[in-house]
Amino acid sequence: MPEIKVTPLGAGQDVGRSCILVSIGGKNIMLDCGMHMGYNDDRRFPDFSYITQNGRLTDFLDCVIISHFHLDHCGALPYMSEMVGYDGPIYMTHPTKAICPILLEDFRKITVDKKGETNFFTSQMIKDCMKKVIPLNLHQTVQVDDELEIKAYYAGHVLGAAMVHIKVGSESVVYTGDYNMTPDRHLGAAWIDKCRPDILISESTYATTIRDSKRCRERDFLKKVHETIERGGKVLIPVFALGRAQELCILLETFWERMNLKAPIYFSTGLTEKANHYYKLFITWTNQKIRKTFVQRNMFEFKHIKAFDRSYADNPGPMVVFATPGMLHAGQSLQIFKKWAGNEKNMVIMPGYCVQGTIGHKILNGQRKLEMEGRATSVTLCCPLAPIKLQIVLDVKLQVEYMSFSAHADAKGIMQLIRMAEPRNMVLVHGEAVKMEFLKGKIEQEFNCYMPANGETITVTTNPSVPVDISLNLLKREMALGGPLPDPKKPRTMHGTLIMKENSLKLVSSEQALKELGLNEHQLRFTCRVQLQDPHSDPDTLHRIYTHLKSVLKGYTIQHLPDGTVMVESIVIKVSSSAEDTNTKVLLLSWSYQVKYFQCSYLTDGLYRD
Amino acid sequence: MKLYCLSGHPTLPCNVLKFKSTTIMLDCGLDTTSVLNFLPLPLVHSPRLSKLPGWVSKDGTVNLEKELKECAGRVFVDSQPEFCLPERELLDLSTIDVILISNYHCMMALPYITEHTGFTGTVYATEPTLQIGRLLMEELVNFMERVPKAQSATCWKNKEIQRMLPGPLKDAVDVWTWKRCYSMQEVNSALSKVQLVGYSQKVELFGAVQISPLSSGYSLGSSNWIIQSHHEKVSYVSGSSLLTTHPQPMDQSSLKNSDVLILTGLTQMPTANPDGMLGEFCSNLAMTIRAGGNVLVPCYSSGVIYDLLECLYQFIESASLGTTPFYFISPVANSSLEFSQIFAEWLCHNKQTKVYLPEPPFPHAELIQTNKLKHYPSIHGDFSSEFRQPCVVFTGHPSLRFGDVVHFMELWGKSSLNTIIFTEPDFSYLDALAPYQPLAMKCVYCPIDTRLNFHQVSKLLKEVQPVHVVCPEQYTQPPLTQSHRSDLMLELQPPPMPYRRCSVLNLPFRRRYERVYILPELANSLVPSEIKPGISVATVSAVLHSKDNKHTLQSTNVFLPCLVLAPKPLLSGAVPLEAFLATLQKHGITEVKVEETADGHILHLQAEDTLIQLEEDGTHIVCDNNEPLRTTLRDLVLRFLQKL
Repeated sequence: MPEIKVTPLGAGQDVGRSCILVSIGGKNIMLDCGMHMGYNDDRRFPDFSYITQNGRLTDFLDCVIISHFHLDHCGALPYMSEMVGYDGPIYMTHPTKAICPILLEDFRKITVDKKGETNFFTSQMIKDCMKKVIPLNLHQTVQVDDELEIKAYYAGHVLGAAMVHIKVGSESVVYTGDYNMTPDRHLGAAWIDKCRPDILISESTYATTIRDSKRCRERDFLKKVHETIERGGKVLIPVFALGRAQELCILLETFWERMNLKAPIYFSTGLTEKANHYYKLFITWTNQKIRKTFVQRNMFEFKHIKAFDRSYADNPGPMVVFATPGMLHAGQSLQIFKKWAGNEKNMVIMPGYCVQGTIGHKILNGQRKLEMEGRATSVTLCCPLAPIKLQIVLDVKLQVEYMSFSAHADAKGIMQLIRMAEPRNMVLVHGEAVKMEFLKGKIEQEFNCYMPANGETITVTTNPSVPVDISLNLLKREMALGGPLPDPKKPRTMHGTLIMKENSLKLVSSEQALKELGLNEHQLRFTCRVQLQDPHSDPDTLHRIYTHLKSVLKGYTIQHLPDGTVMVESIVIKVSSSAEDTNTKVLLLSWSYQVKYFQCSYLTDGLYRD
Repeated sequence: MKLYCLSGHPTLPCNVLKFKSTTIMLDCGLDTTSVLNFLPLPLVHSPRLSKLPGWVSKDGTVNLEKELKECAGRVFVDSQPEFCLPERELLDLSTIDVILISNYHCMMALPYITEHTGFTGTVYATEPTLQIGRLLMEELVNFMERVPKAQSATCWKNKEIQRMLPGPLKDAVDVWTWKRCYSMQEVNSALSKVQLVGYSQKVELFGAVQISPLSSGYSLGSSNWIIQSHHEKVSYVSGSSLLTTHPQPMDQSSLKNSDVLILTGLTQMPTANPDGMLGEFCSNLAMTIRAGGNVLVPCYSSGVIYDLLECLYQFIESASLGTTPFYFISPVANSSLEFSQIFAEWLCHNKQTKVYLPEPPFPHAELIQTNKLKHYPSIHGDFSSEFRQPCVVFTGHPSLRFGDVVHFMELWGKSSLNTIIFTEPDFSYLDALAPYQPLAMKCVYCPIDTRLNFHQVSKLLKEVQPVHVVCPEQYTQPPLTQSHRSDLMLELQPPPMPYRRCSVLNLPFRRRYERVYILPELANSLVPSEIKPGISVATVSAVLHSKDNKHTLQSTNVFLPCLVLAPKPLLSGAVPLEAFLATLQKHGITEVKVEETADGHILHLQAEDTLIQLEEDGTHIVCDNNEPLRTTLRDLVLRFLQKL
């Protein structure tokens, strides 16, 4: 029996370093190749030695597919392709291909230049890795090789995020990546065909939550920002350059316009500005409303939002600043945070998930005193006599708010996707084990659901039907037998010969099979002699038999042929007189092997029924 | 399989393919050359046009002064221009299941087909085709509706009268079927039936056939189509290009192994090299501007204009035209320029790379930013106050019968300093200019048609090797004006099947096989036996289910067995005498008398009084009413034979 195997190297009962191996129909596919934000050691990347201990992965993988540009889905890609070694095809959508190298480079800079780590991929490696990328269009069926085909579907989540349908023969797997089932201010909702995959591999970040309506969360967010501005405070929103940043920018932009607010909104220079440009060029990947109106008004050309300069942080008066990165673990957002943390009028809004170990995670957990390395700045210090470089304790006085804007499907969304795709089995990844258990229980009421840990393999046996080429003559003959209209309650039978030659399977009628194979037909005939007493002449006897059979065998084709035979269906009857006694007639009944037995018995019954 | 040909125009095709119980329309081209018979629609009152004399037949018996006007020896209809529609009587349009659109130029008749005809099907097109097609339709409607003409001339269409008119009006065919332009409401309704598809996307139609668009390299989102079942493949090639302009390159390899290839949309200018024409375009433009004249470029608002602007972007500086204003005037100018920048997926590799940077793929973004190129919805409003001369104006419609171009013809036609440069190949420039004669303005004809030429297409066909080729009859003979150029026609073996308007072709191929799926349970129960090295056979008796054109075979034992008594299989092989005798012996039949005959042997089983006739291609068992014996003998014989 054919099997499909799924092994997570990352994201098994965990969030981070997504990397899932799938074996289907003799093909091996790697889905995503991410890094873990919470680790700085080996655990940062998936354990590729699982695939092979020695050397390159090219021989072991048929293709790699990246679902979207978030680093926990693509962060290990240059490491895998350039340092471990993989030269096969890597598939991702156009926006992902555009944005992914920028984020990788950014990540590389922080890791190597700022933290001084060695043994890390270089800029050149990112470039070389991207050369192996083949861009995917939505709904395009890409033939990886003769047997393996993949098709991308819209996933929402971030610009260019895709779900992917992987098919070999009649077996298939769907991998969702991260997805979002409700449209937001800049992206549409995920959608997929009723493709009935053998396995649906779904993320389950918000497996237990059914989140309140988006509108409420937005209102809440705007209210908090507005209140802080009103009292003259500053709002810091740490974001990742692409994704939530744009959605929140659109939200604030429209709010500012409606309320006629004057306080400045900034976003940190560099990435975010560039990011908006990506959104403009890839506008076909955004939601319906933005796409429809982009000629009149491009939503990503913001009137109220201006580029940030680091000197603005010290400006008096209220302001809103979007700064990267989103978890406050480095860079501009952290610098601004340090400057503003001491003032209780200010506010920091964390719009997404923060990994353990980051400052973002600490303050969300209510920590109000942070120890950190740094130079003396204008923040309130507990230790005024600190030397230039020292452990500094930062007193967090500003308000800390958490707003979940990250676009993942919630429990309801995951169930919705299941209804859309109608899978036979389900594998949950990209979530916490406890939360998965809950959802698993729910899904298992309908079909099998698995939640493998990293390195654990689950196997699903598939039962594919066998595609065969049937000769049209045979098919039409059988269909005609069933009457003009097919009736599902009346099964039609079909008899033929299946010819298996090399890789082709052909179903033809037996006659055609003989012809095609160049075989002679071997006739097997039987003749049976029956003695009768009848005084008439031979032809008369035959005629009497004919009329008799006609009267007793209703519904059979009975013919009296001029050559002195009677045929009942295909059974031949001849009469001859015995040489000694002309009253003793010998009936010769002759039939071929193919004649159905019950026809013969009917005939003999008929003959004797006198 | 049949092909109904509803349009005779080779580059604006409209064919209907009937294939495996589906009815598929291939393109919906609108032949707009009919508008050349009409008087231009001026945006502002034109004293010249209104003073043209009416037409009266020579003998004075027919007076159509109101409907027909004469200008420089030609007669024009003074009415809202009308288009020549695809044939609508050849088959019932309501029976069409789907319409496949290959590029935005080939969908302009869509509202005439989908509206008021009972059409209930789906239209398939790529996103750029839909969006830009919508713009072109919107523009057409706008051109017509902003200069409403109360008059609708019909008298001249009377057969008796038409016969008396001078050419080319006299020779116009089917003038009664010509129709005025559709409304925006009809456009919206027609386009609401469009379902978007991407290149290489496979779409199932009723489970019977699969359609898939392929990149054709001609324009943004332009496609050829594959229509196939598991065993038959039809390729529809329409408007394709192998030149490297802005669209994604043509996908040629997917056209391989076609049973039938329907070939339309070859270049209309087989002797004009697009690169040479582009060079001529630039030099004429520069020359006119240097001499202080204006340049008028009548064009469609999408397509070649993107390439022209890109070419000018490089040319402007080197020709020191940096201060010359370039104007693009169309109700959809802004939309067209904006839309061109957002279809990264549909562009050639170079342009895609720019988007990754991220930079706009077309340099006209920079021309607009630096104020070198300005676009306006019409000559009214802002344009009239910002307009500076000498300048270059790109505007439609290329037929010169409606749109803002009419105004510029009236404005600039009188001066020999000005130049009109024709770049669109759809209209004869002499016919286009006829109602403006006499004209002082210079005329330059640089038609740029990037579609396949005959040389390219024969190379392509050699590579993809279709079994049969179907094409418009125009491609099977050299052009009328160049009858000696046998290189300007398709020469193929076997010769292509030509079609003309209203042809119905029987496509020459027979379907032999269909796909059926054997369910796993049945598959497991089959017993294959090898009859030749590498070839095995198995007899199959099963229940056939047919649903949505999908056939499956299921085990019979699920149902009542009496319903489905299998017929006995055919036999093959021969029964070898020695081995058979040995087998008989083993079963206790020892008294056998063997007699040799011409074709084999006769075995006389003496104890049982039974004869067995063994021959190469047959075995005959003659025995009396002894059923058990017969069965035994039968089974013994069968051991030596293969069942099929």
